[in-house]
Amino acid sequence: METSERLPQEHRKLFRERMSLGLWFKSGEPWVWLTATAVGTSIVAVLGLIGIIAVKGLAHFWPADVITFEYANELGAQMIAGEVVQSERVPREQFEESGTGRVLDFSGDPTRLMIKSGNRKVNAPDFRWIYAHDITEREKQQELITFERLEWGNAYGTIVELRQDGAAVSATNPWRELNTRIGRVVDLRRQAQVIQNRSIDRINYKLEKLRLKQRKRELQGNFKTSDLDQQREQLNQEYAIKERELNDIGIELDRDEVVIAIAGGRQSVIPLRNIVRAWQPNAMNVFSKFGHYCASIWAFLSEGSREANTEGGVFPALFGTVLMVLLMSVLVTPFGVIAAVYLREYARQGVFVRLIRIAVNNLAGVPSIVYGVFGLGFFVYLVGGTIDSVFFQAAKPAPTFGTPGLIWASLTLALLTVPVVIVSTEEGLTRIPKALREGSLALGATKAETLFKVVLPMASPSILTGIILAIARAAGEVAPLMLVGVVKLAPTLPIDGNFPFLHLDRKFMHLGFHIYDVGFQSPNVDAARPLVFATALLLVIIIIVLNLTAIALRNRLEARYREALN
Amino acid sequence: MTENSLPSESVIASPSGVKLAAKLVSSTDTRSPSELPADDVCLKVSDLALFYGSNQSLNEINMRIPRQRVTAVIGPSGCGKSTLIRCFNRMNDLIDGVSITGRIELNGLEIHNQDVDVAQLRRQVGMVFQRPNPFPKSIYENVAYGLRLAGKVPKSELDDRVEWGLKSAALWDEVHDRLNDSALGLSGGQQQRLVIARAIAVEPSVLLLDEPASALDPISTLKIEELIADLKTRYTIVIVTHNMQQAARVSDFTAFLYLGELIEYDATLKIFTNPSERKTEDYVTGRYG
Repeated sequence: METSERLPQEHRKLFRERMSLGLWFKSGEPWVWLTATAVGTSIVAVLGLIGIIAVKGLAHFWPADVITFEYANELGAQMIAGEVVQSERVPREQFEESGTGRVLDFSGDPTRLMIKSGNRKVNAPDFRWIYAHDITEREKQQELITFERLEWGNAYGTIVELRQDGAAVSATNPWRELNTRIGRVVDLRRQAQVIQNRSIDRINYKLEKLRLKQRKRELQGNFKTSDLDQQREQLNQEYAIKERELNDIGIELDRDEVVIAIAGGRQSVIPLRNIVRAWQPNAMNVFSKFGHYCASIWAFLSEGSREANTEGGVFPALFGTVLMVLLMSVLVTPFGVIAAVYLREYARQGVFVRLIRIAVNNLAGVPSIVYGVFGLGFFVYLVGGTIDSVFFQAAKPAPTFGTPGLIWASLTLALLTVPVVIVSTEEGLTRIPKALREGSLALGATKAETLFKVVLPMASPSILTGIILAIARAAGEVAPLMLVGVVKLAPTLPIDGNFPFLHLDRKFMHLGFHIYDVGFQSPNVDAARPLVFATALLLVIIIIVLNLTAIALRNRLEARYREALN
Repeated sequence: MTENSLPSESVIASPSGVKLAAKLVSSTDTRSPSELPADDVCLKVSDLALFYGSNQSLNEINMRIPRQRVTAVIGPSGCGKSTLIRCFNRMNDLIDGVSITGRIELNGLEIHNQDVDVAQLRRQVGMVFQRPNPFPKSIYENVAYGLRLAGKVPKSELDDRVEWGLKSAALWDEVHDRLNDSALGLSGGQQQRLVIARAIAVEPSVLLLDEPASALDPISTLKIEELIADLKTRYTIVIVTHNMQQAARVSDFTAFLYLGELIEYDATLKIFTNPSERKTEDYVTGRYG
């Protein structure tokens, strides 16, 4: 009796619930949630990615405190000074089985710290793991100095004495005296750099031109060299003068040295010419640290790299990336727009044109390394090789254009991105109202005049959209570049003061390849890791800036033509 | 046309409408176009036929369009009115699969001849479309567009010609202080007059108007009609219209087209008061169309 009464009630309740769930699905509510979740996830993923890169990359430039640790492990009591780079927990089992034979007197997993102790060559390795439970003493010595060196990474220590020409210099405030002398070295280095860039490189460039000229004459059977010899003689004299100046500066640079005491009792002599900067991180307050931070970031952006790319800045790579992308845009735009204009405006629409359109769309899906191989085979060896044998016979057997270089990298990427430009330009062309074309034609304009005066200006927002997509794709591309022009270390920038100023044949550095090189090909992984993040952040920022510029431009154009298109 | 004539439009479809329509007709021409002396003929169409692929759209059209008069082309939708006037400046060349037979002579010259420059022809035969289609440029640049195409014109002359064009199109007073503003900011009626200014700035001899007022409000329509009355002293005007009152008001001669055939072509007064063809009478009295 009771159950029979309850059952229908339960059924009804169940039925109601099912109904309401069904209704909920029918209402489309879950669909809204699903789509919103998808968007939310993407946003979180993008922000997370940029966030991690930003935090890890930007932290590198903060002047970290240098801590002196005293610790005792199975090798006895030791002392080390350095920056704490990383801290992690090690599973207890792993520690116990590591063969030290020691037992832990606490429960839980031990913590270990990675210390960047610098002073490579004096106490290798320059990165060291120590266990937190081994530490007996930590101290922040106010007078500890961090030296950023041109070679061998950072050094950490306290001043023992300053030496000039090998003899000790007495100074009431050695730290201030050191800074004055480092300032002098920096000045001298800059002078040397100026002589190197403005004079010696230029003279070398001219000498090479002379050599090529002479060789060209020889190839033509003209063995007259007197005028060239005269010029060469003059250049060599100039060179000798500049070289002497450079040598003098070199002697001046070698004058000073500093002797530092390293934690653990050893001493090290650092020639001042080898020092980039020195600072006392433990004695700095937040403001001076911030000043140092900004200076470090600027140095990162404006200086060349050192030590197989694991130290110093990324300026050449930054420059190369931006220049290559701009050159690529300049090449791809006319090419893509002209192709789209033909396909949409002139070609008779039919099966053949549709096939071409499908082929163009498929080109966008070809793996980029394939373009790299094509670029190497076609552009570099065939086109470049032909250019060399026609115009640069004199330079042979050394190739001029028949070797990977800026122009070939830009052309290869232009080829890679031309499908996007074609597709979006075509879309723009189809959006132009027929009435406007007819209006122009009815006034006596030819088809070409209509195209240039009415149609293309109105399609310009779509063309820019294509370029935006092309830039986004090209700036992040690395694989094909390794085959057609990017190198680990380029001795010169592709733009300099020697005619013709823009050297399309030169190899260049690229941020994308730089990341790969620093991260995976570096001899000192620990030193390079923060630079990987910093470089990645820079690359992302460049792509965002290039894109935003193009988007802003497109939006302005779009606002102008929006009414006419509707 | 006077203000008093407007209310009578509503009764034109009544049996006595034909008589009432006669009141609308402003033209005093009573001659048939075929009686015109050869000198007065601007466009002469002989045996014109037009095919879209295998579909025939125009059949055996013969017309003599008089100089400095307004000729209206009326007829139901799809009868080939627009197609016909688009033959006069060869706009149909732009459409794939169109073939034309017969002759069209502009001032005695066959326009389909090999040595006729189409761009040159279109400068002589201007055209205004149904929907205003100003370019997304400034008002000034819109009017100067055709002039610049014709060749390099000194800036001062260009200024004069733009002003003249805008004045001729009765737009100068409204826009003279904002010539560099975008033409898209003008109202629909202003845009249509701008397009007319643009067409007459290059000084054509013929002006083709393809339903120029059908997308406009009554006030703008009125202005366009007044403009047409002004312009006919200088240009030969051919106007396609759906609106019979408009045809009656503005035109001197009227052609009635039906299913690609020219049913009747005569003085407007005759077409609207005493048409010779039954079909014409049915159409102008509103029995179909």
